[in-house]
Amino acid sequence: MALVDVKGVSKRFGGLTAVSDVDLTVNAGEVHCLIGPNGAGKSTLFKLIVGLYPPTTGSIFFDTVDITAERPYARVQRGMSIKMQAPSVFKELPVRQNIQIALQERLSGAECRAEEERLLALLNLADDSGKLAGALSHGQQQWLEIGMALALQPQLLLLDEPTAGMSPEETYKTGELIKSFNAEGMTVLVVEHDMAFVRQVAQRVTVLHLGKIFARGSLEAILEDEKVAEIYLGKTHAH
Amino acid sequence: MFKLLDGPQTLGRGKIFWSCFLAVLAGALIYPLFADSYDVGNFAYFLIWIFMALGLCLMWGYGGMLSFGQTFFFGIAGYGYGVLAINMGGGTATIAALILSVVIAMIAAGILGYFMIWGGISGIFFGIVTLSATLVLAFFLGQTAGPEWHIGPARLNGFNGMKGMDPLTVGSFDIEGSALYYLMIALIVIVYVALRILVNSSVGNVIVATRENPQRAEMLGYDVRKYQLLTFVIGSGLAGLSGALYTSWGQFITPSSIGLPAAAMPIVWVAFSGRNDLTATLVGSFLLLFGFQTITVYSQQAALVLMGVLLLATVMLAPQGFVLGIGRLVVDWWSRRRRRDEAPALADAGRLQSDET
Repeated sequence: MALVDVKGVSKRFGGLTAVSDVDLTVNAGEVHCLIGPNGAGKSTLFKLIVGLYPPTTGSIFFDTVDITAERPYARVQRGMSIKMQAPSVFKELPVRQNIQIALQERLSGAECRAEEERLLALLNLADDSGKLAGALSHGQQQWLEIGMALALQPQLLLLDEPTAGMSPEETYKTGELIKSFNAEGMTVLVVEHDMAFVRQVAQRVTVLHLGKIFARGSLEAILEDEKVAEIYLGKTHAH
Repeated sequence: MFKLLDGPQTLGRGKIFWSCFLAVLAGALIYPLFADSYDVGNFAYFLIWIFMALGLCLMWGYGGMLSFGQTFFFGIAGYGYGVLAINMGGGTATIAALILSVVIAMIAAGILGYFMIWGGISGIFFGIVTLSATLVLAFFLGQTAGPEWHIGPARLNGFNGMKGMDPLTVGSFDIEGSALYYLMIALIVIVYVALRILVNSSVGNVIVATRENPQRAEMLGYDVRKYQLLTFVIGSGLAGLSGALYTSWGQFITPSSIGLPAAAMPIVWVAFSGRNDLTATLVGSFLLLFGFQTITVYSQQAALVLMGVLLLATVMLAPQGFVLGIGRLVVDWWSRRRRRDEAPALADAGRLQSDET
């Protein structure tokens, strides 16, 4: 069953068409990766899904409800959660308070504190919980933002380049974390450049190129698609 | 609820802070027993302005909205009190006039805030729009000298100001002098404690989150516009409380208490004190008002120049505010001292344990 259904969505910024007539379906319970070269429109599509940009044309459905005109907070309340491309945390507030703000609508009292501790431990941030979020390293800020997104217990988790600035070990751990949440039923839509990471987590892949859907299918099919290799991986062929 | 008094959004915490708070409160309560009535009246006058400063601290320091509109709402409630008290006939009705005038200021804040916040106005433009509203009100009231400008028997009187309203009265007892002073103390304690609870609550968490990163706050499912409007209405309502109390205290109000020099004053008080903390704002604003009044006796121009110099010094030397900076130094010094005291004690305990084994 489709959890997210993007139908004929385009987004124009003046004379530039960042996303052009895109149809995308993300099924409930899958890890879906969105890949493509720089400027393909991946992050714009993410922002359209989450409501940060209104589409120029087209409609977006979440769990069969048309959410095209809804503001981002309303979409989050329906069960979406996003980690942005650049770390987006509350830099002047302590790490623990960042997590509290994400949790407080769902939990309170002892339950909230227990979940706080669990998330801080899961994200390797327990020792830094009193630090200001802005004092964390880039990778740690990424973790913190993932933790804030997870704190909402969303139906759909959108991750825009979640492993940027992370070491290979941290990247692998992030992949395992995503798989564990997916195993519990969470649907995940990921934008990522790191193909090793995509191989680790992806069940279905959509390739965007110049704002349009270029290819879609299983990871294996995409990896074997020579046109994808040409536009995305920069592979050249001797003719 | 009491736990929220000591949350992360307020600097003073723990037994020592609250002991100091109670000692200052006790000193304030017994002050009229030792001071002459003129000084008590003057102190009551300083305290009137504290609400406006605390309101701006909430909006600017906690909510990230720099409003130049504090005297706009001060004026609405101040003139509102005058009009209502005159039309309702004085006596105990003045209490109703006070409450209604603050409610009117809050409704005005709700309307102005709605259009600004839902219209996406933020940052410096928030300050410009609120300043514009303030200047429009001041100029409008300035040209109401003619007899046609009246609401019932209450004449607005242009730059000469509105007068003739009764002070706050319960039955036949006028709340003036020491009674007004004690009313101010009670209201300040209530407002200060209520604001501490607010900023340390889950609502306060969202208010500071909105200041820090409104997009992220929205991406956590909060309609940040509602929180911003709530902050603006409360902060502006407190300015309205100052305005209504001011009019009842002096039994007059003029457009000059709304115009540009007056509108800049709350900014100076809060910036100098430390906009990110309620206690720093409370203490710093009181000290500045006291100093301003003392210098005004000799030269009002000199007092205004001093305010300008203080604002400049704050921006250049202590952008987070002087009082807050000093408060943080004291807290850091105290924490270091405690750690130093605890370290030998822990070492002794460790030695004892190893001796026993």
